[in-house]
Amino acid sequence: MDFGFSQQEESFRKEVREFIQKEFPSELRWHFRVTFAPSIHGLDGEAWQLMRTMSRKLGAKGWLSLSWPKEYGGQNSLFLQNIVYEEVLYHNCPGINHIGVTFLAPTLIHFGSEEQKKAHLPGIARGEVYWCELLSEPDSGSDLASLRTRATEEGDYYVINGQKTWTSGAHLSDWGFVLARTDPDLTRHRGLSYFLVDMKTPGITVKPLLNMLGEYDFAEVFFDDVRVPKENLVGGKNRGWYVTMATLDFERAALMFYPSVRAYLEHLLEYVKQTHKPLDPVLRNRLAELFAECEMARWIHYRAIWMMEKGSIPTYEAAIDKLYNSELAQRAAELGMQVLGEYGGLLPGSRFACLNGWPSFYYLDTVSYSILAGTSEIDRNVIAVRGLGLPTQ
Amino acid sequence: MDFNLTEEQEMLRKTARDFLTTNCPKSLVREMAKDEKGYPLQLWQKMGEMGWMGVIIPEEYGGAGASFFDLVVLLEEMGRACLPGPFFSTVVLGGLTILEAGSEEQKKETLPKLAEGKLLLTLALTEPSALYTAEGIQTKATQMGKDFLIQGIKLFVPDAHISDNLICAARTRETEIPEDGITLFLVDPKSPGISCTLLKTIAGDKKCEVIFDNVNAPGRNVLGNLHEGWPILDKVLEKAVVAQCAEMVGGARQVLEMTVKYAKQRMAFGHPIGSFQAIQHYCANMLVDVDGCSLLTYHAAWRLSEGLPAAQEVAMAKSLINERFKRIAASGIQIHGAIGFTEEHDLPLYFKRAKAWEMNLGDTSFHLDKIAKSIE
Repeated sequence: MDFGFSQQEESFRKEVREFIQKEFPSELRWHFRVTFAPSIHGLDGEAWQLMRTMSRKLGAKGWLSLSWPKEYGGQNSLFLQNIVYEEVLYHNCPGINHIGVTFLAPTLIHFGSEEQKKAHLPGIARGEVYWCELLSEPDSGSDLASLRTRATEEGDYYVINGQKTWTSGAHLSDWGFVLARTDPDLTRHRGLSYFLVDMKTPGITVKPLLNMLGEYDFAEVFFDDVRVPKENLVGGKNRGWYVTMATLDFERAALMFYPSVRAYLEHLLEYVKQTHKPLDPVLRNRLAELFAECEMARWIHYRAIWMMEKGSIPTYEAAIDKLYNSELAQRAAELGMQVLGEYGGLLPGSRFACLNGWPSFYYLDTVSYSILAGTSEIDRNVIAVRGLGLPTQ
Repeated sequence: MDFNLTEEQEMLRKTARDFLTTNCPKSLVREMAKDEKGYPLQLWQKMGEMGWMGVIIPEEYGGAGASFFDLVVLLEEMGRACLPGPFFSTVVLGGLTILEAGSEEQKKETLPKLAEGKLLLTLALTEPSALYTAEGIQTKATQMGKDFLIQGIKLFVPDAHISDNLICAARTRETEIPEDGITLFLVDPKSPGISCTLLKTIAGDKKCEVIFDNVNAPGRNVLGNLHEGWPILDKVLEKAVVAQCAEMVGGARQVLEMTVKYAKQRMAFGHPIGSFQAIQHYCANMLVDVDGCSLLTYHAAWRLSEGLPAAQEVAMAKSLINERFKRIAASGIQIHGAIGFTEEHDLPLYFKRAKAWEMNLGDTSFHLDKIAKSIE
C-alpha cells in the first residue's frame, strides 16, 4: 500500500493554496457562507456574484476539469481534482458547482454522445454554466423509480410534464438534467429516460423554497409542456435509470465534508484557545476523536477516488464515503454547539456571536447532509446489499 | 497512492489464513484460554518453521528481513484467528525493543533464537498504576558497581510466566522530567528475587504480576543507553499499538463475515433476517467501521514502514478502533441472538478480546489525550 502523494500532487496543492489565498482573502471566509455547506445556493446578490466569479477563475485555471480525459481538456487525474476540492472546501472558497462539475460531467463522459459532450463540457469546464439535478418529486424521494414526471415523444422533441422538487439551486441554474418516464407500460425503473434541459425553456416554472436556515436554497420545478430536443436524451430511450445510478455513484463519491469539518474543528479549537475558555475534558476528548474521524473520512474518500482512478465505479465504497462524511459533519456541528453553549446559538450578525455565527448555521445546515444526494438509510441499504451481498426482499 | 497489498503480502495473508484455519481451530483457542501456559507448543513450533517469528528480524540475525507492514498483514490474520500464545509479546514487544536498542552482541545473542521460535520474550512495562506513560514507571534500578538491583512491581505483563527473558523498564535516576532516567534491562526471570503470578483475565489472555525484589541485573544486560530507555520505548510502543490495531482489524472483519453469513441463512417471518432493513443497517454500520479502522491502521503502518513521523496517526487508529471493535462485536452478538451469548459460540471470543485489546497499550482516553496534545 502507498498512502503518499506524488511530488507533482504536493506542489499542485501548494499552487492551489496560493491561488486561493490570493483570489479569496481569508477575511472573506466569514462573509460568505458558501462551500462549507454543499447547499451553496442560498446565496444572493454579492455572494452569488462572487461564487460565479470564482467559478470562472477556477475554470480559467483548468481546475474544474482535471479529472476529465485529455481529449475533453482534462488531465485525467482525479487526485489532482480532489486536491482542488479539498483546498476549496478547507478554505471555504466558493466557485464549485458540484452538480455540473462532479455529477453531470463524468456522467456525460461515460454516457453522453460526442455532440452532447462538445455542447456541454466546455461550459462546465470554464465555470460558466450552472447545472441543477432534477430527480426528486413530491411523491418520489428515496423510491426514485416511482417518479411520475412524463416525457412524451412528439416529432423531434420530447414533451415533459410533471413536477420536481428539492432541486438545489434550480432558480440560479442555466441547465438541468431531468429523469422522466418515457414508457409507463414498462416496469418502474425500466421506463425512464435522462434529459438535458435548458432551464430557460418555455413551460418551466421555478418556485424557490425557504429552507430552515431561512435561505432560498432548493426549489420546486414545474414542467408544463416543456419541449426538449431529442438530441438532449442521454444514454438512450428508457436507459435513464442506469445513467442516473452512475450519476448518483459519482455524486456520493464527490460529496465530501471532511475538509470543511477539519476547518471547523480547527477554528473551534483556535477560538477556545484565544478565549481561554476552559475546555471540559470530555469535550476535549470528543474534539480529539473528531479530528481522528476526519482522518478516517479522508482515507475512506481517497479509497473511492483511487478506485475511480483505476477505472472502476465505486458502489458501496462511495456510499460509505457519503454516509460517513455527512454524519461526521453532523457530529462536528453538534460538538461545536456543545463547546460554545449559549453562545453557539447566536446567529451571524448577532452581538456576542462566536466565529461569525458559523456554529449555529453549521448546526442547522448539516441536518440536510444525511438527506441530500440519497439519505443515510439508502446509503446503508446500498452498503448492505452491494457491499455485503445481503438479500433484498 | 495504492490501496492494494503487494502480491507477496497477498500471498502471506493467504498462507497465514489457510495455516491458521487448519492449525488454530476455535476449540484450541477456548482450550488455551483455560490452559495455564496458554499456548500449544506444537503450533508454536510450526509457526517457527513457517518463519513467522523472524518475519521482521533482519536476515543477518536469521530472520526474513520483511517490512513492518508485512508483520501487520500477519498480525491481522492472527487477530482473525484469535491465535493464543506469546507471538505478540515475543516478536512485537520483545523483538522490536531488541532491534531498536540492543547492542550487536545482544542482537546476536537473542534475535536468531527468537527468529527460530526458541526464545520467548516479553516487556515488563506497566505497574499497578496501569499507565503507559513514563510517569507510570516507578520501579527502581539502583547501580551497585557494574550491576543493578531492581526493586518494584510490574503488573499486566503479558506472558511473563512463560518467557525466557524479560525486558524490564526501571528508573535509574530521578529528574523532573518523567521521560528522563528510565533504563531497559534484559532480565532472566529465574533470577532470585523475581516472583511471577498469573492473573485471571476477561479474554483468557495471559497477564502477570511480576515482583522484583532486589533482583540483580548485570550491567551488560542494559539495553541501549543508561537513562535513555524511554525514547526507545516510545518508538517500540508506536509500532506495538499499530500491531495491536492490526489484530483488532482482523478480529473485527471476521466478526462481520460470520455475522453476514448468519444473517443470510437465519430465517424469521419467512425471510432471511439479512433482508430486513434493521439487520442490514447494523451490518452496514459494521462494514463502515471495519473499513474505516483498517484504512487508519494501514495508514499508520505505512508511515511507520516508511520511517515517517506517525505519533498522531497511531493514536488516531487506536482510539477509534478501541471503541469500534467493541461495537462491531456487540452488533455481531445482537444479530446472532442468544446463540451468540453462549460459551460454545465463537463470537464471545471476539467480544472479550475487543475489551482486552482496547485496554492493551493504551485505552481510548489515553490515545485521545495524545491526539488532543498534538493539535492543541
